[in-house]
Amino acid sequence: MAKTNDGLDAARRHKAAVESAKTRTADFTTLSGERVDSLYTPSDIADVDYERDLGVPGEYPFTRGPYPNMYRGRMWTMRQFSGFGTAHESNQRYKYLLSQGGTGLSVAFDLPTLMGLDPDDERAEGEVGRCGVSIASLRDMETLFDGIDLGSISTSMTINGPAAIIWAFYIAAAEKQGTQRQKLRGTLQNDILKEYIAQKEFIYPPSPSMRLVVDTIEFATREMPLFHPVSISGYHIREAGSTAVQELAFTLADGFGYVEASLARGLDIDEFAPRLSFFFNAHSDFFEEICKYRAARRIWARHMREHYGAKHENSWRLRFHTQTAGCSLTAQQPENNIVRVALQALSGVLGGTQSLHTNAMDETLALPTDKAAKIALRTQQVIAHETGVTNVVDPLGGSYFVEAMTTRMEQQAEEYFRKIEGLGGVVAATEAGFQQREIGRAAYRYQKELEARQKIMVGVNECIEPEEDVAIPLLKIDMSTERHCRAAVADVRRGRDSKRVERCLRELKDAARGETNLMPTLLECAHAYVTVGEAAAAMVDVFGAYREPAVF
Amino acid sequence: MSETERIRVLVAKPGLDGHDRGARVVANALRDAGMEVIYAGLQQSPQMVVNAAIQEDVDVVALSILSGAHMTLFPRVLQLLREQGAGDILVTGGGIMSADDMAELQRQGTGRLFGPGTSLQEAIGYIRAEVEQRRAQRG
Repeated sequence: MAKTNDGLDAARRHKAAVESAKTRTADFTTLSGERVDSLYTPSDIADVDYERDLGVPGEYPFTRGPYPNMYRGRMWTMRQFSGFGTAHESNQRYKYLLSQGGTGLSVAFDLPTLMGLDPDDERAEGEVGRCGVSIASLRDMETLFDGIDLGSISTSMTINGPAAIIWAFYIAAAEKQGTQRQKLRGTLQNDILKEYIAQKEFIYPPSPSMRLVVDTIEFATREMPLFHPVSISGYHIREAGSTAVQELAFTLADGFGYVEASLARGLDIDEFAPRLSFFFNAHSDFFEEICKYRAARRIWARHMREHYGAKHENSWRLRFHTQTAGCSLTAQQPENNIVRVALQALSGVLGGTQSLHTNAMDETLALPTDKAAKIALRTQQVIAHETGVTNVVDPLGGSYFVEAMTTRMEQQAEEYFRKIEGLGGVVAATEAGFQQREIGRAAYRYQKELEARQKIMVGVNECIEPEEDVAIPLLKIDMSTERHCRAAVADVRRGRDSKRVERCLRELKDAARGETNLMPTLLECAHAYVTVGEAAAAMVDVFGAYREPAVF
Repeated sequence: MSETERIRVLVAKPGLDGHDRGARVVANALRDAGMEVIYAGLQQSPQMVVNAAIQEDVDVVALSILSGAHMTLFPRVLQLLREQGAGDILVTGGGIMSADDMAELQRQGTGRLFGPGTSLQEAIGYIRAEVEQRRAQRG
């Protein structure tokens, strides 16, 4: 047999060799259940054209990275998501994180705020300040950033249903500090589609929610050139149990949904597309994750240029934030989570992330303690400064396996796009529960694989320590936070001009009934100390509230 | 009530937390284990949970709470069930709870509570054994 360089011969020899070799009884699939071969050769990437499919970093289709010299030019932003209790308590934590070398803030809100409820709403009972900070009005936002110059930091805010209201509080707080809105840098999550699909923190039905998202995109495009109004998020889709391909496909499909809604508003694609950014999960299957990020960049670039006709490079360039997978952490032997997080973070860096949050080891049990949060940040600093992985751009590019898997994930995502299109587009597919069912099935399948020990979690179904006493300190949030926040919002209501508040809320409802952009009205509300609950309720009066059908 | 009667379980997400992966996986597993599962879904107030439990005549209320509100929501459900004369319904569940919190809730009258990493078989086995025991006690 003649030896060739296309790898076919090598692949044949390998196949023959492993047929007679001993093979362990184990599951040789990815975390998402995708079969992988034991060896990849040039024959697996015969269809990959270097210039067409890879190119150089910073150039279309950006497979190898969004910027030419990547981390040599700029290190990723070490952005630790945090927030708890009162605005004052979170303000202290932010000052601490900034003093420890953190380079951006990322605000976690509590559930009442995320659902557009004031802390003294009866539905908020027991939830105030628990999984994030309680922000009821501009007053809390002023306290949250007291002593922090909003003109000199960038702030990411994880808020979706009431994103436009909270953004108005933020802009108003900056204006009261003397910083013009044009100078503000940061990101709103504001990805409502993934709320219906995965995280389930929605207020209004999909259609008015999409209008609010486009209002923020339009407002940012006109008035806030440094702000990213939407962070299109796969993180929560993955946490809800999706596979890597589902995370990739459903997230990018949501992105296309926002692009189409903005185009329908009459916005110019090259004016708004550069301000869309992404947020992905970093789960435990090292190579699958790296390929996911590479595939995401290529898919976005191709669709933006070929399908939507964007002309500018910045519209094709996908940039993303990464957070390590909360759902991969174990309550058992929690210190092991430090290792999981380090490996996941490394996959995000090798995949070319622009910013990174590393989870703390104690987060399956409670919000992180200061110590656990610091170790998580140090993990990023070790990767950045000690491992050498920042020296070379896309160091795994050209790996037969990595390129083959990147291409396969792109193809699998394209199949999902066709299915979603066939259901009438992403909003219709979401309303029909398509993505929710796909994710639910994947989550249940994975849990059954764990039960059958086809998939292993160390400390959970292997390497178990039955008598383990989990003795790590946990952060406790007592009921005094809730009492404090209730009293504070009552105080705000007493101290403001109630006539102005009534007028603002009336104008908000009128604007919601019409078609004008709601941001200017919401800014008026913010400056009048209208609360998040009042503003959200006014819009519910017009838009209605959404309840999803209870299916499992 | 005969011992062979299918166990009826209400699975619900009380409070504001939307993270329903665990609740839906458990609902599927209980159904596949032969139980009758009523899934109430999201944003259920304690009163809604208790009303559904009584209306559906369930043996078990299984609550999933990942938001940290468990010390408010579990006691409220227990209290409302007792007030409505349905204190014999087993209240169990899971979520992000410290061992101290779980112990306190069990002292107040919940059944076992489960944290991350619990196997489905363990939860199924517990519910089956506990319901059989309670049925036997009732005679």
